[in-house]
Amino acid sequence: MRYSGFKVIKEALTGHKGWGPAWRDPEPQAHYDIIIIGGGGHGLATAHYLSKVFGEKKIAVLEKGWIGGGNVGRNTTIVRSNYLLDGNEPFYEFSLKLWEGLEQDLNYNAMVSQRGIMNLIHSDAQRDAFVRRGNAMMLNGADAEYLDIDQIKKEYPFLNFDDARFPIKGGLAQRRGGTVRHDAVAWGYARAADSRGVDIIQNCEVTGFRIENGVCKGVETSRGFIGATKVGCAVAGSSGRLMAKANMRLPIESHVLQAFVSEGLKPLIPGVITFGAGHFYVSQSDKGGLVFGGDLDGYNSYAQRGNLPVVEDVCEGGMAIMPMIGRARMLRMWGGIMDMSMDGSPIIDRTHIDGLYFNGGWCYGGFKATPASGYVFAHLLSKDEPHPTATAYRFDRFKTGHMIDEKGMGNQPNLH
Amino acid sequence: MIINHPLLGPRDSAEFTYLGDAKMIERPDWESETAAQDFYEYAYLRDNPAGIHRELWFHEGGDRSYLVVTRDTVTHEISNVELARDVARKLGRSK
Amino acid sequence: MSQINRLEGGQIDRNQPLNFKFDGKSYAGFAGDTLASALLANDVRLMGRSFKYHRPRGPLTAGSEEPNAIVELRSGNRQEPNTRATTAELYEGLTAKSQNRWPSLAFDAMAINDRFSNFLTAGFYYKTFMWPAVFWEKVYEPIIRKAAGLGSLSLLDDPDEYDKGFRHTDLLIIGAGPSGLMAALTAGRAGSDVILADEDFAFGGRLNSETFAINDEASDVWVQATIAELSAMSNVRMMTRTTVIGAFDHGIYGAVERVSDHLIMPAAGKPRQILWRIYAAKTILAAGATERPIAFENNDRPGIMLASAMRSYANRWAATPAQRVTIFTNNDDGHSTAADLHAKGVKIAAVIDSRADAPRSLDYEVVQGAQVVDSKGRLGVKFVEVKLADGSSRTIECGALGVSGGWNPNVHMTCHQRGRPTWNESLAAFVPGGTLPPGMTVTGAANGDLSTHMALKTGAAAAKAALGLKGRSAKTPTAEDAPVSQTPFWYVEGCSRAWLDQQNDVTVKDVKLSHQEGFRSVEHLKRYTTLGMATDQGKTSNMGGLAIMAELAGKSIPEVGTTIFRPPYTPTSIGVLAGRMRGKEFHPTRLTPSHYWAKERGAVFVEVGNWLRAQWFPIAGETHWRESVDREVTATRASVGVCDCTTLGKIDVQGSDAATFLNKVYCNAFAKLAVGKVRYGLMLREDGIAMDDGTAGRLAEDHFVVTTTTAKAAAVYQHLEFVRQCLYPDLDVQLISTTEAWAQYAVAGPNSRALLQKIVDPEFDISNEAFPFMGCGNITVCGGLRARLFRISFSGELAFEIAVPSRYGDALMRRLMDVGEEFNVTPYGTEALGVMRIEKGHAAGNELNGTTSALNLGMGRMVSKKKDSIGSTLSERAGMNEENALMQVGIQPLDPADKITSGGHLMAADGPVDAAHDQGYVTSAAFSPTLSSMIGLGMLKDGGNRQGEKMRLVSPLTDLTVDVEIVSAHFVDPEGERVRG
Repeated sequence: MRYSGFKVIKEALTGHKGWGPAWRDPEPQAHYDIIIIGGGGHGLATAHYLSKVFGEKKIAVLEKGWIGGGNVGRNTTIVRSNYLLDGNEPFYEFSLKLWEGLEQDLNYNAMVSQRGIMNLIHSDAQRDAFVRRGNAMMLNGADAEYLDIDQIKKEYPFLNFDDARFPIKGGLAQRRGGTVRHDAVAWGYARAADSRGVDIIQNCEVTGFRIENGVCKGVETSRGFIGATKVGCAVAGSSGRLMAKANMRLPIESHVLQAFVSEGLKPLIPGVITFGAGHFYVSQSDKGGLVFGGDLDGYNSYAQRGNLPVVEDVCEGGMAIMPMIGRARMLRMWGGIMDMSMDGSPIIDRTHIDGLYFNGGWCYGGFKATPASGYVFAHLLSKDEPHPTATAYRFDRFKTGHMIDEKGMGNQPNLH
Repeated sequence: MIINHPLLGPRDSAEFTYLGDAKMIERPDWESETAAQDFYEYAYLRDNPAGIHRELWFHEGGDRSYLVVTRDTVTHEISNVELARDVARKLGRSK
Repeated sequence: MSQINRLEGGQIDRNQPLNFKFDGKSYAGFAGDTLASALLANDVRLMGRSFKYHRPRGPLTAGSEEPNAIVELRSGNRQEPNTRATTAELYEGLTAKSQNRWPSLAFDAMAINDRFSNFLTAGFYYKTFMWPAVFWEKVYEPIIRKAAGLGSLSLLDDPDEYDKGFRHTDLLIIGAGPSGLMAALTAGRAGSDVILADEDFAFGGRLNSETFAINDEASDVWVQATIAELSAMSNVRMMTRTTVIGAFDHGIYGAVERVSDHLIMPAAGKPRQILWRIYAAKTILAAGATERPIAFENNDRPGIMLASAMRSYANRWAATPAQRVTIFTNNDDGHSTAADLHAKGVKIAAVIDSRADAPRSLDYEVVQGAQVVDSKGRLGVKFVEVKLADGSSRTIECGALGVSGGWNPNVHMTCHQRGRPTWNESLAAFVPGGTLPPGMTVTGAANGDLSTHMALKTGAAAAKAALGLKGRSAKTPTAEDAPVSQTPFWYVEGCSRAWLDQQNDVTVKDVKLSHQEGFRSVEHLKRYTTLGMATDQGKTSNMGGLAIMAELAGKSIPEVGTTIFRPPYTPTSIGVLAGRMRGKEFHPTRLTPSHYWAKERGAVFVEVGNWLRAQWFPIAGETHWRESVDREVTATRASVGVCDCTTLGKIDVQGSDAATFLNKVYCNAFAKLAVGKVRYGLMLREDGIAMDDGTAGRLAEDHFVVTTTTAKAAAVYQHLEFVRQCLYPDLDVQLISTTEAWAQYAVAGPNSRALLQKIVDPEFDISNEAFPFMGCGNITVCGGLRARLFRISFSGELAFEIAVPSRYGDALMRRLMDVGEEFNVTPYGTEALGVMRIEKGHAAGNELNGTTSALNLGMGRMVSKKKDSIGSTLSERAGMNEENALMQVGIQPLDPADKITSGGHLMAADGPVDAAHDQGYVTSAAFSPTLSSMIGLGMLKDGGNRQGEKMRLVSPLTDLTVDVEIVSAHFVDPEGERVRG
């Protein structure tokens, strides 16, 4: 059922009786060409592009709980392509371009809002690093803009310019960055994929892989065995747990990242702002809540909740850079499981098991990657070769010494 | 969280910095024939269980001991805390 | 009297009248009032507007679960948006404004949205605003954003202070109703250390709202006696106005004490609020229960509220929303409200009870088996429409309607560690279940024990059990113990625009649409409709939504599930979570030993991590920083300069295995370094990437002093301790950071030796022969002051670093300046330091950026293959040793007038400029007064073999393209003769 202006008006006038389910609730079939494990943003996007771009048929997405319930439903909704390294920037720019066309592609309004993202600069060394990054972005065809202190004062007059411990010295802006209504991304991809015949099977937990002679034949699930020619895993924070069922150890640790939202406030923050001298970034949602976050708690965790020290650390950063928010109230805090890779960059690759493919290690940057991650994973699954923007995201890069380490923190996942 | 330091008693985890999997104690032999593979696995492949995890914490805001903390990554319950040096000795790293 | 809805009695202080303003109009109330109770007493029911449809709204509750009556409290830089009128304490001079309306609360133009509600159903955003594509950002979204939010921030800095504190206790009791008070009494009498915290400004909990008896007296007698007894106990800490916001790991609770929110402004020196971190061995959650509404058509008009709230207003605050009131209930509790209000002289128009066998009253009419199906009244309820048992209708005139659908235990904090509550069939409610936070017991109504007797009894029992108290309990006071059974009644059949979430405007119709469109799991429901996402966190709305979804899905409520609650329990100001860490106090400020001297000299300071360092020292006549820096560089290279380098990390390494230890952490050899010598050392991470560089000087056979960069001091120390304790636990070596213990100054330039000779005590020979380049030793200066001298150079000049105990740092600097006058000694700051190290080609933080290897830094050959050191094995990986690997180079513009930009990228002299043709980047750049040109260091592919090549430096970000030449990174004295002079 296409959404159109006509349809919306007609339904409004006739009691909304004509809207059907946004996606079906099918029983699993015995065999699929391609099974995607994980009904999050990346898994659903993969299914959509497999079907729409790569012409694949007989696709299923298996979701342990309800779709969109993992990190796509719990993040700070930021999209951007302000990366430095060759292995990353083209991929994220590809992603941003897909975001820009998402509504029309999906016939679903995910409220892609390109209100800009601005990284504040507080030291000369930081300026040097951001200039290098801004240049890398522009050389890759992305947009970047250096803001001097006067421009920042004009655009963000509420920042702390008077008694900052670390004075603002400039900023790197990406005007095409912004935010997206995160839940709607999952729903939009699900609805689009479903409309092309993809089976989205919720409450279907994968309990094991059936591997014969080094070939993956399908998956054992809470709803029985489901055969597949190819199986793609896109389960983010659960990557370690899932791949252990195929006896794989991953260059990934699972960590908790907390995020926060304030009560709804009348508009005050134009775009996304990141504080360069503390752990704090913030944007304001279309409903008016300040959505903000900071650093990982720092320890391995699957608990989906964090502790007070980081809550306080984030709010300290907020008050340091934006002392007007002291009287705003935090409404909710939550924690998600981040699949922190050993160099801070993702892995999208075949595994050593034929027919088994992996997409993970997104650290806390997976949301912005959703469209491109789905697209390139679909490319890999369909053509058995990596998409040109994702050739570096290999499993063996740690063995061969080709790390993609944006932050230069080395094999210490909680520092990425 | 509260870490019950073997020497200092219960301390707030905010006094500590986290390093990670206690297997980092078991640094491979550089002269082994399989050193390249061993070091790759040592540096990059970690146990990442949803459950009991042995991990290194550094008492940066305290006595500067490394501790091996046995903690459940699902409930955060801590069941054991040892001095990393004692663990390393038990693993035969004395010389 | 203007307070026409003021009743007799209550816990207000009629001797303390208070004046306040709401939307500019003046009113009077009394001490003990909340803003909501005072407004109701003044016959003001309309206090806000809903989020989406801008429907008129009055208070639904009398507590922190309030969705409707939220206002902007105070003004100017103290403006507090979204403040619940139901918990805001009245004070003299209070001002509040309604929010989310224009131009006025009574006439809100945006209420037009209500007319278009057919369009604005759940999920309408997702289906529309897509045509034409460009209109979303240009037209639709700005309109939606403008309508966003409820209250507004002032955009001014918060003027108040916030504090943080830590408390430890045997037993934390959350909630001071009958159960919490009884628990505190039991534990307090046993001598245990107890904290009793309640969000309210008065202890007593629900008892304050009731006309119950305890021990055959008014319950208030028992409450006051109990408070008096507890207050007299030194082991019991009583915390009113304190909301426990979250249960964190290992018995740590966050609690916010609102120290000054009931005052017009904090008293001098007092914080507005305090965040307490409470370490509790055991916890009793006695948080009570929240009444639940029944949804019916237009159930959101001002004057329609929970029956229990109406009772609170009448009994505690002596206020009624109207003089003629109707009650709608499905249980006996609703009748209590009718009885209490009747006793206070309020006219009960009728009690509408859905039960056919509802109890009758002699005082007022009870309509059995009937339901309220609709309401009328533009800005407040005027009539309710009742459907009688026989199907006929009746209209009842009233100014308020109390609704009672039963009670839900406040299980929130039991879920903070992801425990899930369980369904209790006889209460038709969730009760605590599953895994509670360790150490927590739940008592009283929060645990589903809804009678006062059970609250008292379970409170006492829980305290005994938690503390392991032996012996007989004191007698439980006598109190009502009416059996409680609740039948589910969530909504009136056939209703559609019946509000569940009143703030976010989620109606029964929206839940139905959500189900129809496949959003059926509870998380989908919440996200699709925004049910429970408003500032009240769904405390009165989630259950209704869940129940309706369960019915539509043909499942039981527990099958559909519950959403688990997350901290904070109620919205918490960001200010209090930050405490004092704001402004200049955001991070500690570390000052160097020469700081005050430098300040006297007029130095300009720069933040380097937490340090403040002198950046340059302007002198009279200099108008641009470059003049100062150029002068400092030139003077140093010509004669002598002094720079405070105390901030470099210093680690003392001692023990018979100290050399063996350093040999493992530096990639180059250290085992054989002679006593009295310094060596440059490069440390790698285990992944083979450079971690840090510095020097290590051997002061004795078993004593080294290691220096690190300023930025990496803490990380290197942590790493060295890891290697020492975890990898080589029995090496005889000890480490200690001595960064703050020694003031250390670089003395650089051709006259550096001559200058130092003036202060070094004569028995120490520092001539070139006796103290050559890379020498070090313990010396004394200025007549016996112990010092350390290192002959090392970052500038490329003949240079030393001299260290004295920190307390002498200021004096030493002043002495060096005094005795150096004859050499025109020049203090230099971090800028000149940076210029000279770039001129010399020394790598620093910009080069050691966490992605560069020894090979990239031009030090590949330093990595010893003859020994094991951290990082040596993995640095041999193929990817880190490719032919065209980045190598550090020097960069000079062809035209000396051209600029070099750090962060610029290097491209071939001609050809395309894009990422595919990127050859490298500039890491550092500076104007070199020595070469009269800008120069740079950079990383260039195969840079070791490209000296002399002409390239382009491009920086599209700063709109710069410069023709450059690749040169040696050693711009000054490449042979290193000066350092040896």
